[in-house]
Amino acid sequence: MRSNVSEYELVAPGSLSAVLMLLAAEPGVWTPIAGGTELMVALGAGRLAQRKLVSLWGIDELRRITESGDWLSIGAGATFTDIRQDAVVAKEFPLLARAASWTGAIANQNRGTLGGNIVNASPAADSPPVLLVYEAEIELVSAQGARRMPYSEFHLGYKRTVMKPQELVKAVHLPRSRRLPVEYLRKVGTRNALAISKVALACTGAMQSGKVIAVRIAAASLRETPARLSATEAALQGHTLTVERIQAARAALLQEVKPIDDIRSTANYRAHVAANLLEEFLEQMAACEG
Amino acid sequence: MSAAKMQLAEIRFKVNGVERSVSVPPMKRLLDVLREDLELTGAKEGCGEGECGSCSVLLDGVLVNSCLVPVLQVCGCEVLTVEGLAANGALAHLQKTFLELGGTQCGICTPGMMLAAEALLRKNTHPKLDEIREGLAGNLCRCTGYMRIIDAVWHAAHAPLLAEEQAEIDAVRK
Repeated sequence: MRSNVSEYELVAPGSLSAVLMLLAAEPGVWTPIAGGTELMVALGAGRLAQRKLVSLWGIDELRRITESGDWLSIGAGATFTDIRQDAVVAKEFPLLARAASWTGAIANQNRGTLGGNIVNASPAADSPPVLLVYEAEIELVSAQGARRMPYSEFHLGYKRTVMKPQELVKAVHLPRSRRLPVEYLRKVGTRNALAISKVALACTGAMQSGKVIAVRIAAASLRETPARLSATEAALQGHTLTVERIQAARAALLQEVKPIDDIRSTANYRAHVAANLLEEFLEQMAACEG
Repeated sequence: MSAAKMQLAEIRFKVNGVERSVSVPPMKRLLDVLREDLELTGAKEGCGEGECGSCSVLLDGVLVNSCLVPVLQVCGCEVLTVEGLAANGALAHLQKTFLELGGTQCGICTPGMMLAAEALLRKNTHPKLDEIREGLAGNLCRCTGYMRIIDAVWHAAHAPLLAEEQAEIDAVRK
């Protein structure tokens, strides 16, 4: 059933500080809305519970992509189109540009924002696994001030995050010096455009003298939050990529993932395809000179 | 909230080059404002969740699904709908190629397809086939099998207007 739009309020204070003041004045009352690619779907389907919304669209200070020393900072309001078109992202964080390119289709990318993708906290979202392997930090802001933490600490559980009601995501910061030479990203969905992933894996790594000297693996749709697969990483760290070692890594992955059956796929399919994606990444690692 | 307390917002924006003003709830979807308040029924509602593209319009030149845009966010903006593609009733080149090459069958997806194609061709005047496919990937069609639509966009980009077509368009636009 369609919602009755006259029951909803939407205000557009126009600046970050004015939005933060509103959120601080009535914590939990106002729900931020940026490009609307999530909340407007709920509105159209008659299941948008939040009745008072505050627009973040058009606030330029949230949309900037800036370089500062070791960090590339992407404003939470940057759209997937902004991210795809940014030359530094394309050059230094290509997995993020690729994830942006298969988030929805062009019209969704023109409106959907990185901050929205993160805050919506879907375990299937496209950008989080990439942010995890790039070891991104996330900056939250409220009228009381800002705080910054590793993005890996942001998600607490299914659709639960560390955010307080009066906080907004201000930016995501990507460390430019912590990149690893081998990069891998694959999303498995029903089609290229507009597909929500059945499973996705983002990986980066480095080899030296035939051994894995660094490896980061993050997954979508394999746990209740986007997550690093630390047991799988540990099974690989310091090892030569023999057939037995790859089998051990597959086993570690199957042990630590907790996929579910839902409308898009089955737990069994997700787990085994994830192990195959891992193996594809490890073939890429093994072929890398180091 | 009672009806008496219902908040209406005064929204001014340009549609197809004309200044318009509506007094509507601020969360009303741009699609519904176009269709119900401005009687521009070119943009269609298919899925209502940003997956089919039949409600596509250009917002300040950028392709959007109008079913996902709250109208308050359109204040001061410029919207182009399919009605604005045919200036004074003369079909745009893109519309002609859709007609001539069978890119239109039942017509539901057509306005959205044309706006998606328009957005692509404004940025990329000579798109390759895969760029056309990507540009239209958010627009679903259940009739044509897509090939005829892709052909139409390719021709709009790569095949020049015939002189008599241009003359006809110029004549109508005068």
